[in-house]
Parts: sequence; C-alpha cells; structure tokens
Amino acid sequence: MEAFEYARPTTNEEVVKLLTGAKGGAQVLAGGTDILSLMKDGVARPARLVSLQHVKELRGITFHPGTGLRLGATATFEELLENPDVRKHYPALAQAAEGVSSPQVRNTGTVAGDLCQRPRCWYYRAGFGLLAIYNGKPLVPDGDNRYHAILGNSGPAYFVSPSSLAPILVALNAKVKLHGPQGARELPVQDFFLTPKNDQEIEHALQPGEIVTEILVPAPGDVKMAVYEVRQKEALDWPLAAAAVVLNLEGDTVKKVRVVLGHVAPVPWPSPEAEEALTGKSVSEDAAWEAGKAALSKATPLSKNVYKVQLARVAVKRAILRAAKGEA
Amino acid sequence: MAKCKYDWPEASDRRLIGKRINRIDGPTKSSGRAKYTYDINLPGLLVAKIYRSPYAHAKITAIDTSEAEKLPGVKTVRIIQGVGKEIQWAGDEIVAVAAVSEDIADDAVRKIKVEFEQLPHFVHEEDLQQAGDHAKEAGGEKGGDPDKAFSDPDVVISEGFYGIPTITHCCLEAHGNVAEWTGANLRTYSSTQNVSGLPGQIGQALREQGVNVPDNNIETICNYVGGGFGSKFSPDRWGIEVAKLAKAAGKPVKLMLDRNMEMEVAGARPSGYAQIKVAAKKDGTIVAWDSHSWGTGGPAGTTMPPLPYVLNIPNKITRHTSISTNTGPGRAWRAPNHPQAALLTMCALDDLAAKLNMDPVEFFSKNADLAGERAEVYRQELRKAAELIDWQKNWHPRGDKSAGTIKRGLGLSLHTWGGRGHNSNCNVTIHPDGSVEVTLGSQDLGTGTRTVIAVVAAETLGLPVEAIRVNIGDSKFPSSGASGGSTTVGGVSASTRRGSVDALQQLLAVVAPSLGVPADQLVAVDGHIQAKGDAAKKLTWKEACAKLQVKTLQVTGKNPGQCALGSSGVGGVQIADVSVDTETGLVKIHKMVAAQDCGLIIDLKTAESQCYGAMIMGITYALFEEKVMDRATGRMLNNNMEFYKLAGIGDIGELVVHMMTGPGYDERGTIGLGEPPVISPGAAISNAVANALGVRVPTLPITPDKVLAALEKGGAA
Ligand SMILES: Cc1cc2nc3c(=O)[nH]c(=O)nc-3n(C[C@H](O)[C@H](O)[C@H](O)COP(=O)(O)OP(=O)(O)OC[C@H]3O[C@@H](n4cnc5c(N)ncnc54)[C@H](O)[C@@H]3O)c2cc1C
Repeated sequence: MEAFEYARPTTNEEVVKLLTGAKGGAQVLAGGTDILSLMKDGVARPARLVSLQHVKELRGITFHPGTGLRLGATATFEELLENPDVRKHYPALAQAAEGVSSPQVRNTGTVAGDLCQRPRCWYYRAGFGLLAIYNGKPLVPDGDNRYHAILGNSGPAYFVSPSSLAPILVALNAKVKLHGPQGARELPVQDFFLTPKNDQEIEHALQPGEIVTEILVPAPGDVKMAVYEVRQKEALDWPLAAAAVVLNLEGDTVKKVRVVLGHVAPVPWPSPEAEEALTGKSVSEDAAWEAGKAALSKATPLSKNVYKVQLARVAVKRAILRAAKGEA
Repeated sequence: MAKCKYDWPEASDRRLIGKRINRIDGPTKSSGRAKYTYDINLPGLLVAKIYRSPYAHAKITAIDTSEAEKLPGVKTVRIIQGVGKEIQWAGDEIVAVAAVSEDIADDAVRKIKVEFEQLPHFVHEEDLQQAGDHAKEAGGEKGGDPDKAFSDPDVVISEGFYGIPTITHCCLEAHGNVAEWTGANLRTYSSTQNVSGLPGQIGQALREQGVNVPDNNIETICNYVGGGFGSKFSPDRWGIEVAKLAKAAGKPVKLMLDRNMEMEVAGARPSGYAQIKVAAKKDGTIVAWDSHSWGTGGPAGTTMPPLPYVLNIPNKITRHTSISTNTGPGRAWRAPNHPQAALLTMCALDDLAAKLNMDPVEFFSKNADLAGERAEVYRQELRKAAELIDWQKNWHPRGDKSAGTIKRGLGLSLHTWGGRGHNSNCNVTIHPDGSVEVTLGSQDLGTGTRTVIAVVAAETLGLPVEAIRVNIGDSKFPSSGASGGSTTVGGVSASTRRGSVDALQQLLAVVAPSLGVPADQLVAVDGHIQAKGDAAKKLTWKEACAKLQVKTLQVTGKNPGQCALGSSGVGGVQIADVSVDTETGLVKIHKMVAAQDCGLIIDLKTAESQCYGAMIMGITYALFEEKVMDRATGRMLNNNMEFYKLAGIGDIGELVVHMMTGPGYDERGTIGLGEPPVISPGAAISNAVANALGVRVPTLPITPDKVLAALEKGGAA
C-alpha cells in the first residue's frame, strides 16, 4: 500500500472540503472493508483518505410511519439487522443485510459503503481497469466470465454491481441523499448506479468531492417483500444471482409488483418483464416461475455464465414466493 | 510371536496409547503464544519483497533497479534472474529487495523496471486437443488381454470422461523464512516440513551460488508450521535468496510470500483428466480397464496417477500424456497422485456399477479381492461405513425419483496409502530431578507429532503425558525425517519407543541395588519403579531418578531398528451423503463418514482429527477449489481468499470418523495417517452427486454451472 494522508473531519462540510482539496486524489473511508483491500492491491491509490467515522450527522437509523426510513451513511449492516423497525417494516432489507455473511463485514461495513463499493470483477481487482482492457482488447468476453453480467452487458462494461442492498432499495423506490461542493441533492437509488461507457466513467453518479449522506426509504404501505440470493457457500461469499421483490396484493391477486435483480448486470436490474408477467395473476409456483423466465427473456449470457440465467430465474421465483409467504 | 524388547505394550497394558489424548501444544497455539516464522522479529530485521514476472512466458530483456536502490531505507537489491532468462510462469522471481520496512520494500519493488519480450503461453490443459506441442507421451502399462476382455459379448462396458483440476495448497501460513548470519554461521527460521533436511539443501544451493558455508554452520528452526501439505520440503529459491540478502545487508532478513504469490507459485496439486473405459461381467465382476489420462503440474508436466486405483484389474491398458503449462510448478499435495487416481477410478467404476444396476457397496465388496492382501480390510470398512451412513435405508439406485427439486444421493470411494515410518533419531534424557526430555529434529505440522512423542515416552516410562518435555523444530537436534507421505508418526514413535525403553533399562539398572530386586524384575508404572508382582518394593519416579545422582542419563533412539514397530499399507472407505438443488445446481453435504485403518493408533484423538481435517479439505476441493487461469494474460484470476473459495463451517455437514482398531489392526504397529483420509472425498462426493441426479458431473469442483450443464444433458432428477 502506498503512503497516504489520513483526515478525520467531524462535519459533512469538512468532508467535502478535504475531498476536493487533495492533490493526487482523495477517497472516503467508511468501514474500510473494501477501500483498504483496493489500496493494498494497488487498484486505488488515494493521496488522502477522509474518514467518516467521526461525522455524527452521518450516523443512525430512524423510522417514522409517515415518512419512512432514514439510514445514515455510516450505519452498519449490523445496526440495520438489529433495528426493530427495519425488521418489522422492511424485512427484505434485513434479509439482504443478513446475506452479507461475515460478522466482521456486518460489524464494520456501512450501508453507503455497500452502495459505493467497487465491483468485484477479478480482472478489475487484478489491475486491468474497470473495463478490463489488455493490449487494447476487453478481457471479459473471451476470458473467464463465470461471475460476470448476463444483462446489460453489451460492453464495454461486463462486471456486475456488487451491492446486496441496492436491489431491494431500488424495489422500495429509495433515494440517496448526496452532499458535495455544490451542496446537497437527491437521487433515486436506481439513478445512482450507472453503466460506464468509457474508461473515464465509473459505475455510480458521485461527482468529485461528493458523498452519500443518507438513504431514504419511503414508508412501505401495505406490501410484502423479500430478497432471495443464490450463494454457493454459506459464508464469506458473494451471491451468484439475487432478486428483490415488493408485492402489492389484493386478496391473492398481484395488483402491483416490483422485481429488481442483483449481481446480473453492471447496475441493479429492474425487470418490467417480470412485473408484467406477474401483475394480475395470483401468486403460485407456476406464476412465479413464469415471472422468473420473463425477467431473463432478454438475457445475453457470455461464454461461461449461461448458468447464471437459470440462477437468476430461480432467484426471482423464490423471492416472489418468499415475499408472498411473508417469511421474515 | 516371541516378544521383542521394544515391542508395543499389549492392549491390556496400554494406559495411554490408543486413548483420546488432547494435543499438548493446544493451549500454546490457541492462546497465541506459539511462534511461527511470521512472528520472528529479530533486532534490526529487514523485510524482503520480490519483483515477480507479470507474464506467464517471457524473456527478460532489460532490468533497471537504480530507482529502487536510491529509495531511503532500501538496504540491498539483488537480481535473481537476469537479462536473457526465460520465465516460464507468472509470478516467477526476478529481483529481491530488502528494506527497513515492508512498505519501503514494496515501494522499492514498484520502482523496479523490467522489460520483457513476451512469448506465447499455454495455461489450460483440460482439453487435450488444444495441447499441441505441450503434450508429451508419458508412459503406460498393459496387463492381461484388454482387447479380448472388452470384446467379450457378455460384458457390460461403461465409458466416460472424468477430471480433477489443479488446486493450490493454500497454506494459511505462507511460505517464507527469516535468515540471520552470525559470523560464518547462518540460522534460518523457516516454515518447513523438513527441519533436519533444510540446512543441507540450503548449504548446497548457497555453495553452488558462490556463498561458501558448510552445512554444519547452518541451523534451521521451526517450532510451529501453519500448514504445508507437501509444499514445504525445500527452502525454495526465496529461501536461498533471503540468506543471500541477509549476508549482503549484514542484518537479519524476513521474506514471507504475499497471499497472491502463495497461491500462484508456492503450491499446485497437479491436475488429472482421463477418458476411461471399464468392463464387468453381468454379475459385477470387473474384468477390464482402459484409460488415457493427462494432466499438468506446470512446466514439468505430470506423471501418471496409479491407475486403475486400489483394484488390480486383470486386463488393463493405460496411457498417460504429460502436459507442460506456463503455470506455477506442481508440488506434492497430500497423497501425491492419489486423489487424482481415486477420482478417476472410483467415478468410472461407480458409473459401471450404475450401468449394471448394482448397489456400489455390494459391487465394491464383490470386487475387493482385486485389492489383494487388504481385501478383507476393505470389506470390513465398507460394512462399517455403510452402517454409519445408514446405507440400507438411505441408498437408492441412480437418480432420486422423489418429488421436489432437492435430490439426495450417497456415494463411496476407496483409497490406499503406504505410510511407513521414516528414519528418525532422538535423544531420550532422564535428569536426576526426574524430568524427562525427548529431543529430535522433527516438526509438528499441526498433526500432533509432539503429542505422539510425549504419549509414547510417557507410556514407556510409566509417567503422565505432562511429565515429558518434547523438543523438536531445530536442526541441531538429532536428525529426523521430513514430514511427508504419512511417515512421521511411524518414524518418531519408533525412535522414541526404542530410546525410552533403553533409557528405562539403564535407569532400572541404577535403581535395582537399592530395591534389592534384579533390574529385569522391575517395571515402571504409575509414576513408580516397582518390583514385578510386589508393589511393596517401589520408589517414586523422582526417588528413582535421584539415584542417578549427578549423572544425567541420555540414550539415542533410532528408527529403523530392532523389533518391527511399524509397517506400511492402509485402506480406507468414505461415503458421502449429499443433496443437490436441481434448480440452482447447489450441492450441500449432509454427512460424510470415514472408516480408516492405520495400524496401531498412538493417540486416537489426533488420529480422528487428521481424518476430520482431511475430510474438510476434501469437501473443499470437491466443491470449491480450482486454480482459475486466464487465457489472455496467463495469470491466475483467483489468487486471493475471496475467489479461491474454501469451505466454511456451514458447508461441511456432519462428519463421522471410525478408526479401525483392535485385533487384526494393532499388530501391524504404527502406520502414518496424514495422506489416506484426504484421498477419497472427491470421488465419494462426485459419486453421491451422480447418485442424486442420475447423471455424472464429470469434473471437480462440482459447481452450480457444471451441475446445471450435466442436468441439461439428461438425468433422472
Ligand atoms: C468477504 C467479504 C464478503 C462480502 N460479501 C458481500 C455481499 O455478499 N454483499 C454485499 O453487498 N457486500 C459484500 N461485501 C462487501 C461489503 O459489503 C462492502 O465492502 C462494504 O459494504 C463496504 O462498506 P465500508 O463501509 O466498509 O466501505 P469502505 O471500504 O470504507 O468504502 C468502500 C467504497 O465506497 C466509498 N464510500 C464509502 N462510504 C461512502 C460515502 N458515504 N459516500 C461516498 N463514498 C463512500 C469509499 O470511498 C470506497 O470507494 C463483502 C465483503 C467482504 C470482504
């Protein structure tokens, strides 16, 4: 790891100043579970790290039945899991946090860090860049792409969005609040994630000097929700495919549904196809499976990840059934 | 048989041997007091890092280390492979740097500039057709008349492709050494499986490279090792380099491999693939075998695994192709070539049994005679393992026909290993104050070597285990063999037994006059020296030792030596019970059982622990492990603990170990156990998956993509 400067501000304003004022680039340090490995691997080389740990206004989780949930940027997975309001009103958010199956990461990793963490693409992590270019050619299409995207992968980006929280946040129409040199702004979580089109772009909407300060989740209303992740190992592993579902039921019939897939595309992937397939149906194994198939109807798997199409279908199906059952 | 003086005590006389005894270094390890090579921090210590080739195959055309040398804190920069050298794998060592801190050493490495002429590389061997010039015929064998046997119209033939990829050893303590010169003497703190052997290897390499140091001036110390598995017998190039850096800098230097390099260059179990044809009569008698195997162990290729494995099939033809690849060189991995042989053989035979509609337990029991002298052992182990997994109740023919998407299956595998004790010398010392030491240049890889030595000495001297002080891990101690090939327990238990028996005999001779009983009528029991059959005539151990007055008693014990205390050759059967989610292709282990013999067991607990550890390692390579190489860059993609997946506690299921002991087993004396239980898990799990699905997933690891692909092709599930 290269030498760097370490700053420990206490307000958002100071954070933004410290981020913009560093020669050689500054980066935010939240829980450090990702940024420190990026630095050790020489993928990130900030000249300054700006810690959020002492910024009080970035902390905490609050819930109001009328307005919904506010997650401070530095709230940890564990705080999310332990929060009774989250468990009661947003059980799927707790399910997603539970999936991050290492107590260490849950204790230190933060919710904003989960949205801002960089992709796990093994070419990117080995130093070939986010778009994994080698001798002028992209490595992923002809390389080992077993963990790469099956949707939204027409290039040049082939990685998958790593965030476990993002799909359910998108499905719940959550927003991120950002703070930067130009002040504060809000974006739907969906719009926070971007597919880079060239090597100047990255996978989210943060402008230089900007940070995520809060995540705002609307009051859920009378819905059922669930997340289902397909993971190979029980712990310390990433989902191979995931789906988040928010269901509005009228009796047995689906009045409205949001389906968002995770770990299948460079961004969290909403599926209007699945939503259409399920709307107006009563929830059954067959209807859920049809929705899963619809969600992947436009999948374009790469040479080694056809299997992910099936896993994503199953994730959608099981998330729908899990939501309908109201399992916590 | 006539009693020989060193013979193991009769079963009725064993107080400690064969019981479950806690490892004596457990508290030291679990409290963090155990010092590994990583923990050695000498005054003035420098840290070394290595510039490594980013290319899998390239010629070095220029090296510029000037910027690195200028960096404050950099003490020595040494070129390991200079201009003109051809690099054969990514990660190979080119320049070493020693600096006052790890950070500075890293910075210096980043400032080194090396130019290469890139050459074509080859890193994927699974598809033999693509190997071209990299493939070389590497022998084969013919026995009986395979052509005739296969063309018999009455035989049932099964054909298939099977494989097991290259995996890395993934030692949790990376390879590395600390080297310290004091005048003309070199001391190394090495993470090694070979304490007594290392100085000779280091000395020879240093002399060949112009550093004149006699072996006798070199001392290697290793008190604890964080895993070796066959990858730590040699000092390796980095172990020689660290000695040279230390000499050049005039300071001690530590050089431990980084995780990525541990994965890329310091461990590789060679792969094994094969196209196999097998035939049996309709009654299940196996008659013929035909295999064409191939694999890689890096630039040097591979040798043929012992095929067909365990069962000596009367008509057979084998052929092996060795493939050289530009990947980190292969190393011995726990039971070299046996996990490969087991997977290839036991899966092919299991497919044949399925084609014959035979229950595998019945099929393998029926053919056990082909295992020769151990046929009956295998039959007993098959029975035991089947009982432990409740085979009668849980087994079904190929393809779980029950409703639902979760399919369950059972699968088994057989294995064998030698495990004869290695050469070992030890000093057994009895001090006048009653303390006892056993001293030898062995090492404890975490297997329980220390404990075994203490148990044997304690049993022989009639003392509790805690009364024995075991000194190992220093090459200045009497030389004892490397820990590899399951040779350690056999070696150290035999030398310790002989030394302890002789030491006791000398002590008894000293004590005899004061008890007024002839020495040959005295025995050591329960911390006393007493007359046989007359417990009234006795001294406590301490009182007895006091008779030595100022003379410390020291005896050398040796293996091999008089009286056979060990032998060679074990069997073993494992059965896996798995379930497979046919929608996701995920495999979960419910339970695995092992029935394992290893002759006379010294410590039942550490023996069972060997089996548990081996089964966990086996589940890991069956379901998760493979070295993923990238075609374009020639580099390993999963050179970290994130993508190089290892089983966690939740992935393991229930493990049951049954050690075969008692009459028929104990008389064989001690036999090693490190290798055998790690051989079968891959095949047993693959067979269980095939039993669940009704279709074979041909290669390990059995990952969701492969399960789903196999199901696409068919399967009863
Ligand atoms: C073994 C392992 C398994 C894991 N499994 C999963 C998993 O299954 N699912 C999953 O979703 N994640 C998983 N993770 C990733 C983990 O969730 C993230 O590393 C974590 O959420 C990042 O949070 P952090 O606070 O540690 O971020 P840091 O490491 O501190 O920061 C990560 C990145 O986000 C930036 N950043 C952080 N906070 C802000 C902010 N408020 N504003 C702007 N930028 C910010 C940093 O500059 C940095 O680039 C796993 C990690 C490990 C090590």
